[in-house]
Amino acid sequence: MYRRSFKDTKSSLGSPNPNFSKPMVALRFLRALSLVRCSGPGARSPSYRARGIRRAAYACMAASAGPRRAWSRALLRKIRRRPGRGLRRPRAVIRRRRPVGGGDPLEVALRRLVPGGGCMEYCRLLEEAADYVKCLAMQVRLMQTIVDSASHVNSID
Amino acid sequence: MSGRGRRITDEEINELISKLQALLPAESRRRNAGRMSASKLLKETCSYIKSLHREVDDLSDRLAGLMTTMDSNSPQAEIIRGLLRS
Repeated sequence: MYRRSFKDTKSSLGSPNPNFSKPMVALRFLRALSLVRCSGPGARSPSYRARGIRRAAYACMAASAGPRRAWSRALLRKIRRRPGRGLRRPRAVIRRRRPVGGGDPLEVALRRLVPGGGCMEYCRLLEEAADYVKCLAMQVRLMQTIVDSASHVNSID
Repeated sequence: MSGRGRRITDEEINELISKLQALLPAESRRRNAGRMSASKLLKETCSYIKSLHREVDDLSDRLAGLMTTMDSNSPQAEIIRGLLRS
């Protein structure tokens, strides 16, 4: 994966993931939202719900982007890893390479912002950041649409 | 860093930079007419990602607030249920 030539990188930057279309993400996200309990037994405070919604947003975004992307894999790993949750199965994972020593503070900042960005080559980091930005922007537009339509319908009644 | 593989050329980096620049919001592009330097681009990208994170947080809060006002028999819930069924 880290040894891909630049030609592969270029082609993957251009080719869209067929799963990542706005309707697909919207459906996934709405399905996740429907699982959030609003009232009745089991309902929680709004801030707890907000955290759950946020986690659902990132999870849906990452799941729709697919496993081809390092950022989506890293995001899903982070989300599914709940702290203090019982016995951790020993993972047969190849220990990741040492984090790239940052000369440039901007590059370090970007590596921190992009999930999984700690160990990539610079070229790969730019590519992952571009895809991450694209998907994030789409997720934000999706959530804005849902909020707008929900508050619009609310105001009609 | 592995020594294998060919070195990334400046041209390839430039191409990635211009692709990244194309993804930044329009007002950022207008402010920085023409090509940005790599460091400017990194800075803009970092601040854009941070602002997107903030928007996700804010929209999650608003959605959480809105969902309390939606009861299970309201028309919005019906719409959503219809969407999920299809």
